Amino acid sequence: MLERIGVNSVDDLYTDVPQEVIFKGEYDLPEGMSEIELREWFDKLGARNRSLTVFGGQGAYDHYSPAVIPQLLSRSEFYTAYTPYQPEISQGTLQYIFEYQSMISELTGLEATNASMYDGATATAEAAFMMVASARKRNAVLLSATLAPRVAEVVRTYAKFHGVEIREIPEKDGVTDLEALASMVAAGDVAGVILPQPNKYGIIEDFTGVADIIHAQKALFAINADPSALAVLRSPAEWGADIACGDGQPLGMPLMFGGPYLGFMSCGKANLRKMPGRVVGATKDASGNRCFVLTLQAREQHIRREKATSNICSNQSLMALYATIYIALMGEKGLREVNLLSANGAHYLYNRLIETGKFTPAFDKPFLKEFTVRTDLDMAKINRRLADNGIMGGIELGNGLVSFAVTEKRTKDEIDRLITLMLED
Amino acid sequence: MKNYDKLIFELSRPGRKGYQLPADKFDTDGFAAIPADLLRKEMPELPEVSELDVVRHYTNISNKNFGVDTGFYPLGSCTMKYNPKINEEISAMPQFAGLHPLQDAETAQGALEVYYNLQKALASLSGLAEFTLNPYAGAHGELTGLMVMRQYHASRGDHKRAKVIVPDTAHGTNPASAMVAGLEVVEVKSKPNGSIDIEDLKPLLDDTVAGIMMTNPNTVGMFETEILEIADLVHKAGGLLYYDGANLNPLLGKVRPGDMGFDIMHINLHKTFSTPHGGGGPGSGPVGVAEHLVEFLPNPRVRIADDGKFYVDADDRSLGSVSTFFGNFGVMLRAYAYILTLGRDNIVNVGPMATLNANYIKESLKDLYKLPIDGVCKHEFVFDGLADKSTGVTTLNVAKRLLDFGFHAPTIYFPLLFHESMMIEPTETESLETLDEFIDVMRKVAEEAKTNPDLLKQAPLTTIISHPDETSAAKNPILTYKALKEA
Repeated sequence: MLERIGVNSVDDLYTDVPQEVIFKGEYDLPEGMSEIELREWFDKLGARNRSLTVFGGQGAYDHYSPAVIPQLLSRSEFYTAYTPYQPEISQGTLQYIFEYQSMISELTGLEATNASMYDGATATAEAAFMMVASARKRNAVLLSATLAPRVAEVVRTYAKFHGVEIREIPEKDGVTDLEALASMVAAGDVAGVILPQPNKYGIIEDFTGVADIIHAQKALFAINADPSALAVLRSPAEWGADIACGDGQPLGMPLMFGGPYLGFMSCGKANLRKMPGRVVGATKDASGNRCFVLTLQAREQHIRREKATSNICSNQSLMALYATIYIALMGEKGLREVNLLSANGAHYLYNRLIETGKFTPAFDKPFLKEFTVRTDLDMAKINRRLADNGIMGGIELGNGLVSFAVTEKRTKDEIDRLITLMLED
Repeated sequence: MKNYDKLIFELSRPGRKGYQLPADKFDTDGFAAIPADLLRKEMPELPEVSELDVVRHYTNISNKNFGVDTGFYPLGSCTMKYNPKINEEISAMPQFAGLHPLQDAETAQGALEVYYNLQKALASLSGLAEFTLNPYAGAHGELTGLMVMRQYHASRGDHKRAKVIVPDTAHGTNPASAMVAGLEVVEVKSKPNGSIDIEDLKPLLDDTVAGIMMTNPNTVGMFETEILEIADLVHKAGGLLYYDGANLNPLLGKVRPGDMGFDIMHINLHKTFSTPHGGGGPGSGPVGVAEHLVEFLPNPRVRIADDGKFYVDADDRSLGSVSTFFGNFGVMLRAYAYILTLGRDNIVNVGPMATLNANYIKESLKDLYKLPIDGVCKHEFVFDGLADKSTGVTTLNVAKRLLDFGFHAPTIYFPLLFHESMMIEPTETESLETLDEFIDVMRKVAEEAKTNPDLLKQAPLTTIISHPDETSAAKNPILTYKALKEA
């Protein structure tokens, strides 16, 4: 090989590099490991984690992952493929993205869905930018105070640098203060409004009349939603929203310490060309066969550079396949059943907590799998005790508020044990 | 199944199901308290299929895909190296996969240690002080790095710096990330050999410049030999240097971006550190910074206490947050396993072997393909189409013909420096036999261009579809099954 290249050594391939930047030290790494040693290393690390029975949510839910999904995802034709820029040899990827777009559009009720975003928070930030780009000259976006704080923090960070002004709509009794929304959206410079469903307390908000109020001011309406819950809840389209976004994690994705999850985004036809990210469309090939291609690429960074709708390139494609297979297995009935089992468990836990007299309802509002209660108990101490017993308890939201989440995986026995352990001492 | 062309929706039969759930044991009705107004009226039309339907369907469509495990993927700038299988098993270990991101740090010490050790390893390999692993992808890393840049200038009250210099050959994500970060893009010209024109750069460097984004080797695969001078000029003007890690592979184990004067960089774990591309993601785009920028990295931060315990922290001086939790942790596990497998003794071979492979292909083909920039390349190089332009055969024709021979196409029509760009990157994981096979096919295609140019213009001939109508796809977008049924 060296002879053909015409050099004497591999080092000669680096003679163009200034010699003072050639690294001559030693990297701060262990020596190379065999597979046996590697497994041992990770077994030791893994043993320093504790597998817990999860009663916390706040953006990551312990739903069941059917066995089929990891089996199919481990097909290396899927996971070792690149972005499907060569449609002739990427019909597998292109087709599942098309199916994914179709399914998410069914859940949100909006006509167009992109091929995925990084997570629910970045999808929401991109929704804010999309509204500002559509509005022209209007530069403010309203966020409800009931949006999950971690999502709001990412939106604020993106907005601060991009030059978008974020204003917070206050909350009232655990939901968005709609009177405040109506007056704030009339300010004249508001490009759009982002509201959560369900919200950070787990409450299902009532957006009756909201779309009309927002649209009367020529602003756009985006809903950050739990896509699993959309099998049951009134869809963003039914609420009159222009954009739906959120995190696909509740579609059975492993908790995986926070990722990979899946950002999703849907919009109506009117806003399609402002949407960020890749989109797959159906077409025909030269022989008339149905096939799928990346389309509307004139919005994207590799074509439009600084004039693109977003900088996103790599997304979470394999997690879109995850969601697609999950939704295919569950269907509308399965998703409904997951929601019902979760909600039944959540209401059972809620009632048990209130019965103890140590917890009081924080708000009297409907919820599905996640809810918030109030307590004077020392939750930090209780949660340490729970962890020692293999349980992740409720998540403290501050001011004596505690958030619990129950999925279809939680049994009555587990909930009863949680209650018993919480009340010890 | 040959010629399988169904959509999952088309397998749907009323009442069929592919799931099993436990029977309800609670005597509560979780939906009872929800007012009807808050419930869906129109039900989503989702497939009703059995488990076997699902398994066969996705197995069949997987057969319509090409991956690194299928064949050689000489895709320039994408670093399609082999994805070691042990890494997949490690990332699926239940001791990690079952962890809730908000469970107490005390109960996730192993995961936090993975995060911490990986960021330390990346810092050591790149000559920078510290990394955040929160960004989800390369472009997300660019955005995060530019936010660091802006936060740094803002922290010094230096609010004039609203421009970022980007070479005209840069990856499209560079200017796009700058736009998202609220920076104005100023292009610096490249010389005919693809490297930055210092004379064009000098007048751009004033007190409105936040910094410069560069790759090294640059987009044509050549090392920017004047990098130290460029770094000096930019730093003297008060700007920072951003390193786009998309082209890091040839330097791994040989040259560290920090030592070249870069202040901020991102790494694509899905390129240089062997994690799979997943058909477009999930990737991971860790961002590393020099000592004076560490405080601006995004929250949450993973730190180690004096007693050796890991904890999760947030810094007031941070730029904010760019992710809900800790980023794509599952990808980090794979990258960490890759680094541990190679270790300090073997990782030094990665860059040099990638460079050797690229030069070998280049030298073996440059008589038949036009090599606009001669000389030793790094991990990749660019041909400007076939040497013989008289046949009318284009780079697109060659790329599509390669599919017939079982190879993925190179990156084509990028960089924009040449009309017929064909960017080839073999990576270090391919054997000499594979490289020779690819070289033979490329030579055969060049021969076909002379003897049977029409054949090449019709290529690909053996793929399941050929010449999809992309124009009508964009003109009349059909993006869902519902729209397809109505079309």
